[in-house]
Amino acid sequence: MIVAEQRDGALRKISLELASTARRLADQSGDEVSAILLGSGIEGLAAELGKYGVDKVFVGDNAAMEPYITEAHAAVVAKVVKENDPAILLLGASVQGKDLSSRVAAKLATGLATDCTDVRIDGGNLVAVRPMYAGKCFGEIITSSTPAMASLRPNVFPASENAKAGAVVKVDAAVDAASIKSKVLEVQKDASGKVDLTEATVIVSGGRGMKGPEGYGILEELADVLKGTVGASRAAVDAGWRPQKDQVGQTGKVVSPNLYIACGISGAIQHLAGMSSSKCIVAINKDAEAPIFTKADYGVVDDLFKIVPELTAVCKKLVA
Amino acid sequence: MPDTEAQIKVKADGSGIEEGQIKWVMNPYDEYGVEEALKLKEKNGGDVTIVCVGPARAMETIRTALAMGADKGVHICDPAFDNADAFVVANALAAVIKTLPHDIIFCGQRAIDDDSGQVGSMLAEALNLPQLTLVTKLEVAGSSVKVIRPIEGAQLSIETALPCVVTAQKGLNEPRYASLPGIMKAKKKPVDVKNAAAVGTATDAKAKVAKTVPPPARPPGKIICGDDAVQKAAELGKLLREEAKAI
Repeated sequence: MIVAEQRDGALRKISLELASTARRLADQSGDEVSAILLGSGIEGLAAELGKYGVDKVFVGDNAAMEPYITEAHAAVVAKVVKENDPAILLLGASVQGKDLSSRVAAKLATGLATDCTDVRIDGGNLVAVRPMYAGKCFGEIITSSTPAMASLRPNVFPASENAKAGAVVKVDAAVDAASIKSKVLEVQKDASGKVDLTEATVIVSGGRGMKGPEGYGILEELADVLKGTVGASRAAVDAGWRPQKDQVGQTGKVVSPNLYIACGISGAIQHLAGMSSSKCIVAINKDAEAPIFTKADYGVVDDLFKIVPELTAVCKKLVA
Repeated sequence: MPDTEAQIKVKADGSGIEEGQIKWVMNPYDEYGVEEALKLKEKNGGDVTIVCVGPARAMETIRTALAMGADKGVHICDPAFDNADAFVVANALAAVIKTLPHDIIFCGQRAIDDDSGQVGSMLAEALNLPQLTLVTKLEVAGSSVKVIRPIEGAQLSIETALPCVVTAQKGLNEPRYASLPGIMKAKKKPVDVKNAAAVGTATDAKAKVAKTVPPPARPPGKIICGDDAVQKAAELGKLLREEAKAI
C-alpha cells in the first residue's frame, strides 16, 4: 500500500514513483497494490495512479483533507491501514511525507525506514536501504512489526506506466474538528517558479569559488538552458550569497538529480554527503586536487568563469 | 553525533561504524532547538529542560546545552537503548516529558547520524500533541504558536495551540556559543540520570539496522582535456549529451 501525495488537485511526481515501486514489489510477492489518496475533489486522480500500477485506490474526498494537516491526515491514513492490514506501507520522503510517515508509524506502533534509496523483498521481508550519516554509509533496515513502513527519497525510483484497474474505494475522511489543533494560515508560493532542489532533474551548484552573490548569474543562465535549479554549498549560504533553501549538503538538502554540475565547490565531505546520489556529476574547479573530483563522472580543471558561459552556449545548441 | 566533517568507516562485519576516531558534537539541528527555547525563556520567562536519550558521552552534550543557558537536564542512559530506533526513543522521551511541565518541546528536525527524522513526530503522537516539523521561524502569542514551514516550492504559515512539538530546521536562528561563566555554572546545574527501568518503556526496536554497508563506489571519472575553455566546454557538452545522456 502507498500513500499518494497531491497538491492543488494534481498528483506529485513522488506518487507515481511510489506506485511503480510498489508494483515492482507486489509482482515479486504476488500481492496487489493499493493506494490511499486524500484531499478534496480528487477522485479523478485515482485513474492516473491506476496507470502506474495501482489496483485499488482508497479515496478520502473531504474538505477536512485540504490543505494538508498532520493530525487529520495521520488519523485517516492510520484508520485505512488498520482496516486493510497491508504488509508494506510506502510513503514519499517529501516534506509532507516525512511529516506524515513518522506520525502514522507511531500511531500504528510499527517501524519506519525513512528516505530510502532502494527497497527489495528478501526472505519475505521488506529490506529498506537508506543512507545514514548523510550518505557516508548505508543501513539495511528490517522491520519486525507490520506494516513494514518505508519512505522513498524523491527522484531516485523510476516511475513507469503499467496499467492496472485503479478501482476507487471511497473511505470516510471526516475528522472530528475539535481534535485538530493546527491550521494553515497562508501558503506563500515561491515567486521564482523554479523546481525545488529535491525534485530537480538538473542542478547547477556554486560554492566559494563563485567569489560573491553576483557570480551566480552565469549559473542561473546555465540552469535556465537545462531547465534546472541553482544550488549552493554551505560556504556560499553561510556567506549570505544564497538563501538557506538553496543549500545542498549534510545540513542542507540531500538531492539526487540526473545531472549535478558543481562549480567552484571544493567538495567538503559535508557537501559530498548531500549530492553523491546524483546520477551524473560534473565538477568544474581550478584546483585539480579538489576532493569533488573524486566523486565526479566528468571533471574540468579550469576557471569556472570561462567554462560555464561556454558550456551554456554549447548546451543551448544541444537542446535547441 | 559525529561532527559533520567526520569520516565514517563501516565495521568489517557490517554491524555498525568505527567510533574510535570520531569527534562527538551536539546534533546541529538540536542546537537550533536549544537556542529557540532559550530565546523564548529570555522573552517570556520559564525554564528550559534538556531531555536526552544517549550513552554516557551524551552527558557532555547536555552540559553544553546547560552552558548555553538551559536550566536542568534529564539523561536517559542505559545500554538497553544502544540499538533503539526512533519509536523506542520517542516513547522513552514521552514517558519523562509527561512528568515535566511543558509548553513547547523542541527537537532537531533530524539527527545527523541516522538521518531518520522521526523522533519529533513520534513524540508528538505519544503525547497526543500537535506537531510542527521543519520550522524556520516561530512566534508565540498567548496560548498559540505561529510558525513558518518551507515545503517544496512554497512556504506555509501554520498556527497551532500550545503545548506542541516543534522540529527545528536550519534557518530558525543562530545558536549562541556557551560563555565561560556559562560553562562554569553548567557544572552545578542538576541533571537527573535515569535508566531504562526508571523510564519504564519498551526498549525493543521495531525497525532494526540489519546491516551497515559503505556507499556504492562510483566508477572513476574522466578529466576533460582541451586547449582552451571553448574546446573543453564543447567536449563536456558532447559527453553529457552522447555518453551520459544527461542533457
